Amino acid sequence: MLITRKLEFSSSHACRLPDLSGEENRRLFGEAANPHGHGHNYVAEITLEGEPDPVTGMIFDLKELKQVLHDEIAVPYDHRFLNYETPPFDRVVPTAENIARDIWRRLAPHFSAPKLRLHSVRLHETADLTVEYFGEEEPE
Amino acid sequence: MRLTRRYHFSASHRLHSPRLSAERNRAVYGKCNNPYGHGHDYVLAVSVRGPVDERTGLVVNLRELDLLVERLVLRDFANRNMNAEIPVFAQAPPTTENVAREIERRLAGGWRAAFPGGVPSLEKIRVDETRKNTIELILGK
Repeated sequence: MLITRKLEFSSSHACRLPDLSGEENRRLFGEAANPHGHGHNYVAEITLEGEPDPVTGMIFDLKELKQVLHDEIAVPYDHRFLNYETPPFDRVVPTAENIARDIWRRLAPHFSAPKLRLHSVRLHETADLTVEYFGEEEPE
Repeated sequence: MRLTRRYHFSASHRLHSPRLSAERNRAVYGKCNNPYGHGHDYVLAVSVRGPVDERTGLVVNLRELDLLVERLVLRDFANRNMNAEIPVFAQAPPTTENVAREIERRLAGGWRAAFPGGVPSLEKIRVDETRKNTIELILGK
């Protein structure tokens, strides 16, 4: 069974590689390459896979899930300029893809109980751009 | 990693099959068979899947994807009468099913030229005709 919890955060970012020219960066990242940055209202949907506990009827305590999402994502991400304030984005381009992977890496260790796993991180950068990460690039 | 990009276009159509009688057309398609046609604000969602480039952090260059969809789909569909202006719909009724199929045919045909080696792959096409009607086409199935 899958359970999904949604979280919103607003952040600014600039997508550019320091060793490329302005023109090359625009070819790769479009308007997002503006060095001064810009922002989005991100929506993350965190999906866990597990079986409901026979007593509580819950896959995972939603209060606890809410707290984990607050500590691991809202605190480092919300109202931050990711390139300056949220590692690893001092070194890694904060594309939607990389943000989804970073969220996965921050969250996965919290869901290691038997028969429980992080299933996916779906990140909406805008209403028209969504990425979904299933952990397929993580080491086993 | 799967990435989904959404595009918007408005187009008109009339659902009518030349292989059915006038009466059967009215019975099958109901008000969509109105001879003057009608329009929708369509939402096209294109999903691609592939590895994240470790240097750029991208699954796909969005500008290239946008240009491809613009050139192969939006240019011909946006603000058009599909029955009159898109040749395939002179015969096949432009149901959402057939619209999704035609978009798939166009994108699949140009995919490898735009994305060498087929990376990322074109995974899914979703067409919302209205907020209540959606068709999803999973490629390779």
